[in-house]
Amino acid sequence: MPILEITDLRKGFGGVQALDGVDFHIDKGEIVSVIGPNGAGKTSFFNIITGYFSPDQGEILFNGINIADHQPHEITELGIARTFQNVRLFPNMTVLENVMVAQHCRTKTGMIGTLLNTPSFRREEREIEEFAKEVLSFFGQRLKGYRWDQPAYVLSYANRRRLEIARAMATMPELILLDEPTAGMNPRETAELTDLIKQLRQDKGYTVVVIEHEMRVVRDVSDRVVVLDHGVKIAEGDYGTISQDPDVIEAYLGRPAEAKNG
Amino acid sequence: MTDTLERAVAPEARTPNPVEWSKVQKWGVLGGLTMSFIAAIGMVTSLDRRLIVSPWLSLGFVTLLWVPVAYGFIAATEDVPDGKPAPVKGERDLVAGLVTGLLSGLFFSFFIVVIDAIDFTDIFRNLGPKLVELLTFGRSLGVATVLWTLGSGVLGLVGGALKVVPRKTRAALSAAVVGVLGVALLEIIVTDITQGLRIEFVADWIYALNGGLTTVSGAVIAGLSGVLGWRSDQRTLSERRLERMNLDPDVRLRKNIIAAIITILAVIFLPMILGGLTNELLANVGLFVLMGLGLNIVVGSAGLLDLGYVAFFAVGAYTTAVLTSPLSPYWVPQLTLNFLSWEGWLIVAIVLVMAAIAGIVVGTPVIRLRGDYLAIVTLGFGEIVRILFLSDWLAPYFGGAQGILNIPSAALGPVAIKGTSSQAMFYLISVLAGIAIYVAWRLQGSRTGRAWTALREDEDVAEAMGINTTAVKLTAFVMGAIFASMAGMVFAVKVGSIFPNSFKLLVSIIILVVVIVGGMGSIPGVIVGSVVLIGILGGPTQPGLLQEFGEFKLLIYGAILVAMMLKRPEGLWPSLRRQRELHQDDLSQDAWLRETADQDEGGDS
Repeated sequence: MPILEITDLRKGFGGVQALDGVDFHIDKGEIVSVIGPNGAGKTSFFNIITGYFSPDQGEILFNGINIADHQPHEITELGIARTFQNVRLFPNMTVLENVMVAQHCRTKTGMIGTLLNTPSFRREEREIEEFAKEVLSFFGQRLKGYRWDQPAYVLSYANRRRLEIARAMATMPELILLDEPTAGMNPRETAELTDLIKQLRQDKGYTVVVIEHEMRVVRDVSDRVVVLDHGVKIAEGDYGTISQDPDVIEAYLGRPAEAKNG
Repeated sequence: MTDTLERAVAPEARTPNPVEWSKVQKWGVLGGLTMSFIAAIGMVTSLDRRLIVSPWLSLGFVTLLWVPVAYGFIAATEDVPDGKPAPVKGERDLVAGLVTGLLSGLFFSFFIVVIDAIDFTDIFRNLGPKLVELLTFGRSLGVATVLWTLGSGVLGLVGGALKVVPRKTRAALSAAVVGVLGVALLEIIVTDITQGLRIEFVADWIYALNGGLTTVSGAVIAGLSGVLGWRSDQRTLSERRLERMNLDPDVRLRKNIIAAIITILAVIFLPMILGGLTNELLANVGLFVLMGLGLNIVVGSAGLLDLGYVAFFAVGAYTTAVLTSPLSPYWVPQLTLNFLSWEGWLIVAIVLVMAAIAGIVVGTPVIRLRGDYLAIVTLGFGEIVRILFLSDWLAPYFGGAQGILNIPSAALGPVAIKGTSSQAMFYLISVLAGIAIYVAWRLQGSRTGRAWTALREDEDVAEAMGINTTAVKLTAFVMGAIFASMAGMVFAVKVGSIFPNSFKLLVSIIILVVVIVGGMGSIPGVIVGSVVLIGILGGPTQPGLLQEFGEFKLLIYGAILVAMMLKRPEGLWPSLRRQRELHQDDLSQDAWLRETADQDEGGDS
C-alpha cells in the first residue's frame, strides 16, 4: 500500500506550467529518486507536497489523507519532513537547538508549564534534549560533543547538510524528502551521504524521496527513479531502464539528429 | 591585544605613513560644521548656565569642545586592512590632529563672524547677538577668531596625542574626563545620596555654591578617576563580552546568579538611601524596563517589528482608569487597586484580559505580514488606538481629549502606593519588572522561546519544522501586550490622570530605541538601555538625570542610535545569539585560530 499517492498534480505559475499532470506514488520503505534537468519542476513538486504551494488541481494522499490544502506545519505533524535545496538552517541557533526546535510539533508544554517550571515541563525538556542528541549521534562523530553548542553557521557545508537531515529526522517523520542532499559535496562526502541515505531506511525505517543530480548517488540508492521534464513525468522505472530511455537522454542532452543538422 | 601585536612587529624597521590630508580636510570641515550646528541649535546658549567646573567651564562649552578632540583623534586614526601590520604611531598623528583642530576652529570662527555680521534670529532663534557675545567671550571678533582657531587646534592636538600615548595613559585620561563630567552632571543625584547617607559635607565640599565642581574638587576627582582608569584592566567592553561568550556554561551561570543576587539586594536597599528624586527616576526606568521586556519578546525574540506597541500600554492605562476613577462613567466604587484584596487582583485580571484581547484583535489581521509591511501596519494600529481614545465617538467612555482624571492610588493593604511617594512606586514597579524578567527569562530557554527564535531566523523553515507560525507569532504579540498593559496600569496609578496624548507614537519609538540600544533579544540589555536612555536622558515625557538636555533629548537619542548602528549594532549588552549574528566573521576567525573550527576533511568550510 502506497504511503504517498499523487494523482494528476497540476500547478502553474503565470505562463509556466511547473507541474502538468504528474502521477506519483511511493510505497512504505521505498527510496525513490526524482531527477530531471534544471527547471523540470522537481523542487516545485516538493514544495507542493509539503504545503508551501497549494496545487491548482490534483490529489495528494498521505496515508489516505488528502493533504493538498494543508498548511506546511500540519503536513510536518502528519509525518512528512524535508530538507532544502539551498541549505536553510537556523544559523544563529546552536546545532543542538536546531534539532530541538524541530520537535516542536511532537511536544506540548505550554506557557504556564514553562513559567511554573513544572516537573512535566522539565521532563519534556530533558527528553527533547536527549532525543536531539540521539538523532545527532546518527552521524557518528560529525555532530557530537563540542559541536552541540556551536552555532550552526560555523559548520562546514557538508555538516550543514547533515544537520539539515538531522533536523528533518527530529520531526519524527515517516516520509523524508531530500532536496539535492549532495549538492556542493566532494566525492568522498557524497559517497558517505549515499550510505547515509540507505541507513535512513535500514536503521530508521523512513521512506525517502530524493531529488538528485549526481547520477552515481541515484544509481546507488534508488529502488525506482522518476524523471520529470517541463512538469511532465517522462519516464519511471529502475535506474538501468531509465539510463537507457531515449526520452530521458533527450531531455538531458538534446536530440542527437538535431545537434548534427543544426 | 593590539599592544602585543605592535610589540611583535619590530617598530624600528618601519617608517610612519604620511598624513592622510584628504581625511584631515574632511574631518576638519566636519568638525567646524558640527560645532556650528551645536551652537546653532542653541545647546551652547541654553547650557551655559550649567557649570561643570566653577567658574570657568560650563556645560555649554563642553558640548563644543569635545568636537576637535574627537575629530582630531579620528583624523589621526589610520585604517589598516586586515593582515597588514599596525601603523607606526608618532608625529604624523599629532600633525593630523592639530591640523584637523585648526581647520575646525577656523571654520567655526568663520561661522561666528557670519552670525555677527548678519542677524539670523528671525529664522534661527539662536543665531543672534547673544550667541556671538557668548562665543567671543565679550571681546573683539579678532581675538575670538584667534582664540577659537588656536584653541581647537590645541584640542585637536590633544586628540591626536591620545592616539599616540599608550593605551594605559589613554584609559587614565578618558577616565579623568568621564569622572569630572560624570560627577559634575550627577550633582543632583550625588547630593541626594549624600543626604540619604547623612554625609552632606561631602557634597558641600565637591560642589561650588552656584553649581558645578570647584577647581580643587575638579582636580581631585580628575586625579582619582585617572588613577582608577590607569589601574583598571585594559580590556574593552566587547573583548569582555567575547570572553564571557567563551566561558564554560556553568561558570557563566554562576556569575549570572551572583550578579542577579547583587541586583536584587540593590533594588531592595537602594530606594531607602536614595532621595525622592532619584527614586522617581528609577521608577521611570522600571516602567520602561517593563515595557521594553515586552517589546523585546515581540521584536527581539520573535523578530516582529511592532511600531504600535504603545497601543497596549494605552489599553492597560485606560482599563485601569475606567475601572477605578470616580470620574469615569463605569466606575465601580468597590474596585480599588489594593494588592491585598481580591478586588485589586480582579482589576489586574481585567487589565490582563483586555490586553490579551487587544493583542489578539490587533495581532490576528497583521500577523501574516512580514518585515516592513508588519512595521507599517502596526504603526497604523498604534495611532488608531490613540485616535479612538481621543475621538468624540468614544468620549462618553474614555473622556476624549480631556482624558480620565482622579485615578486613585494603588495600595498594599493599609499602605498607599501614591504616585507622589516615589519610593513606594519604585518598589511596586520593581516587583512587576522582576516578574517580567522572570517570565521573559523562563520563556527564552523553553519550547516557546525556541520557536520564537526559529521564527526570527527563517519563517519558512520554521513552518517546515512543524511550528504553527501564526499561533506562535500571536503568542509573542499577546505576551508583549500583557507586559505593556501592566506598565500602563502602573502608569495610570502613578500619574493619576491619563490623556490620549500620553500615548503617542513617540512612546513606541522610544521603547524600541531602548531595546535596540540595550541589545535586541537580551534581558539585561533592556535594563541597561532603560537606565542609559530613560534614566540618564529621560523618557518621552519624564525628565531624566540630565534634565538640562531635555530640550535636545530627541536629537541625542537620534545621535546615539546612529552611533550605535555604526559602531555597535548588537547593542550595549547584547544577547549571545545577537552578538554571534553580527560578529560571525570575527568569531569564526577566532574559532579558526583556536583550531576548534571545522576540521572537516578537505578543509572545505
